[in-house]
Amino acid sequence: MSAHSEIAAPSTDQRFGLRRSVRLPGPLRLDSGASLAPVDIAYETYGTLNADGSNAMLICHALTGDQFVASDHPVTGKPGWWVRAVGPGKPIDTDRYFIICANVLGSCLGSSGPASVDPATGVPWAMRFPVITIADMVRAQGMLLDALGIGQLAAVIGGSMGGMQALLWPTLFPDRVRSAIVIASTSRHSAQNIAFHEVGRQAIMADPRWRGGDYYADGDAPAAGLAVARMAAHITYLSEAGLTEKFGRKLQARESKTFGFDADFQIESYLRHQGISFVERFDANSYLYITRAMDYYDMAEDQGGSLALAFARTRARYCLISFDTDWLYPTAESRIIVHALHAAGREASFVELSSPFGHDAFLLDAPEMNRVIDGFLRAGE
Amino acid sequence: MTDVRPDLALIARHVARGARVLDVGCGDGALMAELRATANADVRGLELDPANVAAAVARGLAVVQGDADTDLRYYPDASFDYAILSQTLQTTRRPDLVAEELLRIGKQAFVSFPNFAHWRGRVSLLFGGRMPVVKILPYMWYDTPNIHHVTIDDFRAMVRDRGWKIDGQWFLNGGRETGSANANLFAEHAVFLLRG
Repeated sequence: MSAHSEIAAPSTDQRFGLRRSVRLPGPLRLDSGASLAPVDIAYETYGTLNADGSNAMLICHALTGDQFVASDHPVTGKPGWWVRAVGPGKPIDTDRYFIICANVLGSCLGSSGPASVDPATGVPWAMRFPVITIADMVRAQGMLLDALGIGQLAAVIGGSMGGMQALLWPTLFPDRVRSAIVIASTSRHSAQNIAFHEVGRQAIMADPRWRGGDYYADGDAPAAGLAVARMAAHITYLSEAGLTEKFGRKLQARESKTFGFDADFQIESYLRHQGISFVERFDANSYLYITRAMDYYDMAEDQGGSLALAFARTRARYCLISFDTDWLYPTAESRIIVHALHAAGREASFVELSSPFGHDAFLLDAPEMNRVIDGFLRAGE
Repeated sequence: MTDVRPDLALIARHVARGARVLDVGCGDGALMAELRATANADVRGLELDPANVAAAVARGLAVVQGDADTDLRYYPDASFDYAILSQTLQTTRRPDLVAEELLRIGKQAFVSFPNFAHWRGRVSLLFGGRMPVVKILPYMWYDTPNIHHVTIDDFRAMVRDRGWKIDGQWFLNGGRETGSANANLFAEHAVFLLRG
């Protein structure tokens, strides 16, 4: 299926499967006041939608994630980012659920973003792409579900920025989702969260190759800036204990310090590798837009500061999971959400799980998390 | 009734069908599961131990990890028909404040606790001269989670002092219900149903 297929696909199955994309006429009205049309959304589906459409589940991906949740990444060739949790017989069971995962608005894996061509000018949007919010991403997902003929989701699930979307879903679409699973996430971006993102953005914009975002024509992207942004962010995804355990002060393939600025330490080498491999698969402008969307995210802001009010009209049941070594979105952030859900009278489950892996724990082997997700989903069936 | 602890089974028998229930210190959710199955109740739980929370959520129960001493204040007034505190009162830092919160959150509150004045404990202390380690309180003084030992008469005195009302009281000995006469001496466990 091409990136420019019509909404009215010839047959149902054409809309479902791996590496799909759809061009929706829009317009999508954005929080900024701007609107976007058309809206391209790249997505994948797994499993089979049952006759009454009651087994649909939406997986929302994180900042630098993508729709390739359980299939090989087209650029890196690596397995999907959540194969540990998604698949036949897994807690997010593709035998029981019809799973949809869409590339978020603003990203660069096929959905509309700064790297897409602006139909009005015929050149990439670059920084002329409208600034988007997490809620805009969710509304775009709602449009995709309309196009797929899915009225209501059995569940929406996501970690990190995906958790923000999952948390917003019942607020924006109270009738369209029955359960929400929010992992390692938050109801608002803190000053510290914004600060780290600003470091990343400044690294990109300080790269002379960035050129105000218009680097697409010659393909000479601000790779160095984006790599540094990734390196800084990557530290926030790990824990100090995890770093110490994995790297400590160990030297990288050498017997002693070089008294220079090469990557003497293993942690330096590791971070450089993270930065370099990231630029192969991600667009620097997308990184600017999506981090901005996350910084603008504050669910209580529109409710006069009351998070409970944000849940007043929702009907979904919620499950929140945090990890004890996650200092990016620490457990306290999940507790704030839980307390607000209680104040709003919502049904909520919450558990803080133990892991040495920090924020990234949800992407790694987490048998307890899998057990909790499985039990929560089955109870909603 | 499945293999549920006798005090929990007793509480479950007295919860009205379809009630909204908050189980504070719900453990792995045994009472919650019982209430859901037998009383078709809408049950929520609060539990301190993460492993217990994970186990309860994995069996499909709505349980939140938190501390009875600090987290009850986030629940709105009269948001439940019953707040239940089973075998947890004696582990809280301020049992009186926790009980007060239960009666604010629930229209009624079930409170169950092991009776420190049961005769076995008295005998053990009288003749042994050391803190009793008995079936219902099987810990040494230094590792017990029960930081506020309480007797049935102590509890009644607190209820009276606070001006709360007792809507029901049940006593257990050896897992069976026993009479209220001399309960402070002969009952191992007490279950009270209170109203604020």
